[in-house]
Amino acid sequence: MSLLLPLLIPFAAAIVALGFHGRIALQRWLAVVGTLLSTITGMALVLEVDATGLQVLHVGGWAAPHGITLVADRLSAIMMAVSSLVAFAGAIYAMEEIEESMIRRHFVPLFLLLLTGVNGAYITGDLFNLYVWFEVLLCSSFVLLALGCTREQLRGYLKYVVLNLFASTLFLIGVGLLYGKVGSLNMADIALKLEGIENAGITGSSGLLILLAFGVKAGIFPLFFWLPSSYPTPPFAVSAVFAGLLTKVGVYSMIHSTTLYLAPGLEAWDNLLIGAALTTMIAGVLGAVAQTGIRRILSFHIISQVGYILAGAAVMSVAGLAAAIFYLVHHIIVKANLFLVAGLIHRRHGSDTISKTGGLLQASPFITFVFFVSAFSLAGLPPLSSFWAKLGVLQAGLQAEAWLLSAGIVGVGVLTLISMLKIWIGSFWPPQEEEEEAKTLNTPAPLMWAPCALLALCTLGMGFLGAPVYDLAVRAPEDLLQPQTYIQSVLGGQP
Amino acid sequence: MEWFMIVTAGVMISAGLFSMLKEGLVQIITGIMLMGHGANLMVFISGGLSEGAPVFANSDGLVSKASADPLPQALVLTAIVIGFGITAFTLMLFQHMKIKLGSAKTGDILHRVEDP
Repeated sequence: MSLLLPLLIPFAAAIVALGFHGRIALQRWLAVVGTLLSTITGMALVLEVDATGLQVLHVGGWAAPHGITLVADRLSAIMMAVSSLVAFAGAIYAMEEIEESMIRRHFVPLFLLLLTGVNGAYITGDLFNLYVWFEVLLCSSFVLLALGCTREQLRGYLKYVVLNLFASTLFLIGVGLLYGKVGSLNMADIALKLEGIENAGITGSSGLLILLAFGVKAGIFPLFFWLPSSYPTPPFAVSAVFAGLLTKVGVYSMIHSTTLYLAPGLEAWDNLLIGAALTTMIAGVLGAVAQTGIRRILSFHIISQVGYILAGAAVMSVAGLAAAIFYLVHHIIVKANLFLVAGLIHRRHGSDTISKTGGLLQASPFITFVFFVSAFSLAGLPPLSSFWAKLGVLQAGLQAEAWLLSAGIVGVGVLTLISMLKIWIGSFWPPQEEEEEAKTLNTPAPLMWAPCALLALCTLGMGFLGAPVYDLAVRAPEDLLQPQTYIQSVLGGQP
Repeated sequence: MEWFMIVTAGVMISAGLFSMLKEGLVQIITGIMLMGHGANLMVFISGGLSEGAPVFANSDGLVSKASADPLPQALVLTAIVIGFGITAFTLMLFQHMKIKLGSAKTGDILHRVEDP
């Protein structure tokens, strides 16, 4: 039952918020309280799953292969908790940033439904149900991205809508084909049925379609064009939550599907995954070099980081998956925080283009500190969280003797550092020009810096006291690499 | 019958893809719709097609084995509803793009720097 809470709480809050359409302040608080409760229950679920093993719920009491099953393993519980945490930070930030007119246009219910969709995608054990959750989060993200409807937003929007609809259709075709071949949509059941089959390659075509759909959502190499054109346009709270949550659903699904139910047909495709990871890393980091806006740089870095996570997962060892999971957690927190900090900079200078900002080092120690922690954590400076994540991925790569991949990991790390230094040198170092100073610069309100501080503390915590998180991340692949337990607890049925 | 449906689904999906690659917003939305319906048809066929077998249970409560698997039909219903909603939203959005950006051509929308 407890695994339903992170799903039901945001959903219920969204419904209540719909009912209080005119009450602006109440709606804002609903978003904060809903995401906070979801975070707390998510974390409780992590502890529970870690202690007692998989949590399985057969919705409506329909037993496994026929009904819809919800399954929480360590990875999905961790993902739900971290996603809710980032949504919580975004909700606090939104209290100050999102204007009343946008709240009137149902910002709060959409925001909460987005979280519901994300959590649903993590927790479901049924392929068609996964399609439905994808649509839930896609629909909410469509509307959230378009709220306000400025020209810039609409322009970036076209690729996002068309590519994501295309991916959903591919996913649907893949699911249909897979059902035709295997006769089941329950992930555990599919895994069980494919186990005995000698020629498991028959699922290759549907598997490729499904992976392609996940790839579009995750933003891997040739399929990422929607991401940098759409993320820099909406309000900062929205783009931070998007940056933290959306692509990660695709990455999670890729990890989950290749280890559990698409694995048999895809063993020969490990090289494909490694190649995708490598090219994604390089394409993302090189794309960032050409950009001048802080949010555009960060958007391209999402892509390159997705490459890192995939690299860990593609190696398919405990060490690799553990590093990938640790990286996921670190990446969600840091990336969302960097977008929020970009919002603070934007609030101060009225722009987030690097050339129009400056002097932050002297003017605002707080922004400097938060940005320093997040950006250099992203780049992988030693005591910060990303260093351990990158080290883990690199070790896994070396163990698997994937030399090219390992070289890529090191090289892209250096390029990431250069890219972060570009923002640092552009926005923080140079003294502010006199005329700029004469302009009254807005100081961001406490409600905007509080979530940044919260996420920065999480990053520092993961860096300096990261052992418990890393241990958890090491235990998580046990669920993934031994599908037997998963299959048994889903099909062997506690009611 | 099945082969005909499969070919139809394939033609619909490829026609939809072709249409999505065109420049006009109207062609793109037509492409999305065609492709979506092609996918729906695909899922529908995956349960098998049967002629002349009753879908209802007989007096013993047993369903004839010859009748098609009903699950994909239920799934397709869900997919159609989702597709309908998304198409309606996308149509609205494209209309908005046309009004705000002054063009219904993707090239203009993506690359025009100056305001219309």
